[in-house]
Amino acid sequence: MQWETVIGLEIHVQLQTRSKIFSGASTAYGAEPNTQACDVSIALPGVLPVMNIEAARLAVKFGLAIGAQINRRSVFARKNYFYPDLPKGYQISQFEIPIVGKGAIEIETPDGPKSVGITRAHLEEDAGKSLHENLDGQSGIDLNRAGTPLIEIVSDPDMRSATEAVSYLRKLHSLVRYLGISDGNMQEGSFRCDANVSIRPFGQEEYGTRAEIKNINSFRFVEKAINYEVDRQIDLLEDDSKVIQETRLYDADKDETRSMRSKEEAHDYRYFPDPDLPPMVLDDAFIAEILESLPELPHQRQLRFVKEFELNARDADQLTSDRALADYFESLQALTKVSPRIASNWVLGDLSAALNQSEIEITDIRISAKELATLLDRIEDKTISGKIAKEVFTAMWNGEGSADQIIKSKGLKQITDTDAIESIVEQVLAESEEQVLQYRDGNQKVIGYFVGQIMKKTAGKANPQQVNEILRNKLGQ
Amino acid sequence: MHQKSIAEHANSLAKGEYSSVELTEHFLKRIESNSDLNAFITVTDQLAREQATQADQLIKAGKAGLLTGIPIAQKDLLCAKGVLTTCGSRILENFISPYDATVITKLHEQGMVTLGKTNMDEFAMGSSNETSFYGPVKNPWDLERVPGGSSGGSAAAVAAMLAPVATATDTGGSIRQPAALCGLTGIKPSYGRVSRFGMVAFASSLDQAGVITRNAEDAALVLAAMSGFDPRDSTSLDVPVPDYVASLQDSIKGKVIGLPKEFFGDGVEPDVADAVQASIRELEALGAKTIEVELPNSEVGIPCYYVLAPAEASSNLSRFDGVRYGFRADEYLDLNDMYEQTRAQGFGEEVQRRIMIGTYVLSSGYYDAYYIKAQKLRRLISDDFTKAFEKCDLIAGPTAPDTAFRIGDKNDDPVAMYLNDIFTNSVNLAGLPGISVAAGMDRKNLPVGLHLIGRYLDESTILNVAHQFQRATGWHLKMPGGYE
Repeated sequence: MQWETVIGLEIHVQLQTRSKIFSGASTAYGAEPNTQACDVSIALPGVLPVMNIEAARLAVKFGLAIGAQINRRSVFARKNYFYPDLPKGYQISQFEIPIVGKGAIEIETPDGPKSVGITRAHLEEDAGKSLHENLDGQSGIDLNRAGTPLIEIVSDPDMRSATEAVSYLRKLHSLVRYLGISDGNMQEGSFRCDANVSIRPFGQEEYGTRAEIKNINSFRFVEKAINYEVDRQIDLLEDDSKVIQETRLYDADKDETRSMRSKEEAHDYRYFPDPDLPPMVLDDAFIAEILESLPELPHQRQLRFVKEFELNARDADQLTSDRALADYFESLQALTKVSPRIASNWVLGDLSAALNQSEIEITDIRISAKELATLLDRIEDKTISGKIAKEVFTAMWNGEGSADQIIKSKGLKQITDTDAIESIVEQVLAESEEQVLQYRDGNQKVIGYFVGQIMKKTAGKANPQQVNEILRNKLGQ
Repeated sequence: MHQKSIAEHANSLAKGEYSSVELTEHFLKRIESNSDLNAFITVTDQLAREQATQADQLIKAGKAGLLTGIPIAQKDLLCAKGVLTTCGSRILENFISPYDATVITKLHEQGMVTLGKTNMDEFAMGSSNETSFYGPVKNPWDLERVPGGSSGGSAAAVAAMLAPVATATDTGGSIRQPAALCGLTGIKPSYGRVSRFGMVAFASSLDQAGVITRNAEDAALVLAAMSGFDPRDSTSLDVPVPDYVASLQDSIKGKVIGLPKEFFGDGVEPDVADAVQASIRELEALGAKTIEVELPNSEVGIPCYYVLAPAEASSNLSRFDGVRYGFRADEYLDLNDMYEQTRAQGFGEEVQRRIMIGTYVLSSGYYDAYYIKAQKLRRLISDDFTKAFEKCDLIAGPTAPDTAFRIGDKNDDPVAMYLNDIFTNSVNLAGLPGISVAAGMDRKNLPVGLHLIGRYLDESTILNVAHQFQRATGWHLKMPGGYE
């Protein structure tokens, strides 16, 4: 049987506010355990939550960016359960009326663009963390994170493959960073993903029974976890067995999902409106102000890059997936004489590869757009060839100086003197009688051999067009 | 000395007739010699002496306000910095609060002197003060009887004149019913008038702090000091607090008092009904008009209250889990067992009952039938009051259906106990201000309470009427034998 995969994602995004959602405690990551746990964070008797409006501002920003309905009146609710890292015994969240309603995000797929629906995005507070290491068999609780603002973004079950899920996730990740509402750091837990996965026979309208996979903390793991889960479900169904509705945990070390709790064991969270917090009412001016402050969004920027710079959609998508990368490209193309397409190739090619290899972010790059522009201009003005430029780039990356300094100190300036090139060509042809004969016999391929020999003699500095031209002239004689 | 009103104390302090330290020592001595009442869980004698000394300096420097140097007892539901704050529960038997409730901060800023923390029903759940882990409180009018609850310790302390005034809290009648049973004045302001920050939550949408005093003037003075917007409580109201004291002297001529026929039915003891009727006649003699009004949904007040209050309580009390502070069971097998043992041993029977009721009514499948339905009823009850207030300025009736009952009498029948609050808890459901004033004695020589309910945010009218009533009748001046 042919199976169709159905995926919906729930993404928890930590919002970049200075203080917590319901108290004045700091949200900074990495402090000593419990040093950022104020009276409210540890839920002392008698303390009360007070809404940090900045969190609402960031949530609205997200809602507006995905064209979602913003609820002018939203309601905080208590989600009740016991766990040591949940100090109040309930999490303040939103249940019936979330701040952000229906919206959509466009993703790229191999079959072209596709719209993924967003069911809702609601505000809530993060829990603390349990610590099990170096505590002599006891567990510790760190409540620094307790009360950090989150939005939980719930998608419609619109994705049909792990690849689409990853594409959606990347799009969302790029968007929250563009908007400046989250640092999106997956290692530190600022961007967390749970996946609802089910399968159904192709053509069937009804959804299959889903499993919710928790604890997936990288793009790569999302793909692996979903693929593992889909295979598991197919095996079950093809074995005439059943998928049961349950929560499963992804174990990245073993690359498998395993059952955490079944539907029967599922918590009854006993949601009810939090009587400590009146409904949050946002006025039009508040929303209008946020709308005005929205930056150009990745999708809009991608379309503009295609139109303005004549880039293909794929490259434009890659460039705009990261705001800083797109900014770098825009500066570069404005400063250099090469075409935007060549500039784009450099950014997505050598530059991105170097960033990946050195594991540094574009924001920490040492070669400024202006410095790279100079290098590209040296290709344009024929001081060096494209190939030599890569060598110069590597030297620049290693901090050996500016493009011009490196070209000079390494003597990489291109040989463009026709007489000089002619004499080298003549010399090579004289030394390669056999190959010349082959060429004359009609073997065109051998021309590559001549070029190689010439480049060897000039250390790659001979202008390739001139070499070609002169070579063909001489051979044609 | 202990019989004086706050205004009289303030006058004596200003004149130097005695110092705040002397006044404080006097009350501390009375607390000690009347410890059999069990009105206090903690006596903060050291703190009191320090505060009194500071107050005396302010008085000497001519920087004193009306409340500077006046001793006060605090209900043990209010967090006080560096002081044991138990809420009458074993689960907080070792909890020293690291911070002050806003109410306490405000009173201390006025120079008031905290004598100690008063006994109460566990987490304010009870109408007799018998659910306290620290033992029942005795009613100074009859030591075999309850003082009412949950603010039973505050009421007993003020009735026995161990303190001139005590803070109290009221979720369904916990200020007004003990005030009635102890012959005192007890006011619960409108919801949102007084900050709930630092007041350990029972039912967040119903809880309000207020005061128990021996007369309306003292109540007006202290309530004014406690009231006002607090940015740390999102349900606190950012509206000006009226000058409660100034309006006390107004004539009540022409004031229209609504008498709901539902408050004068069969459930009320004849002595109570007679005393309340006589009080209403007094008010008419002072120029007030009475009319009959209807509160047709008041009969569902108790069921509505006993769904909503436990629902909120079940969630509010989840934080008492033995993890971060308070009592933790000595022995347990694993995490879940730790929760279960801690909460089974840490909470008393009534608290456990309400947590179970609350958990049940919020459970999936029952939520709509109980919680949502009760919310709808709450709206109807509130609308009844709104309608009634179109025709009257305040509403009057008995505070409780009976006078103080014997310790142990209603312990086996929770519903009979809950019915004590039949006239008070609808006022919390509607968020209105209510006051109980002493209005006579029954044939057992026990005080009867008259309940006055005001419009939303109109504490002034009920304080004014209460004050004029007290000037005319003097019932508030009666004192329990042996404590004069």
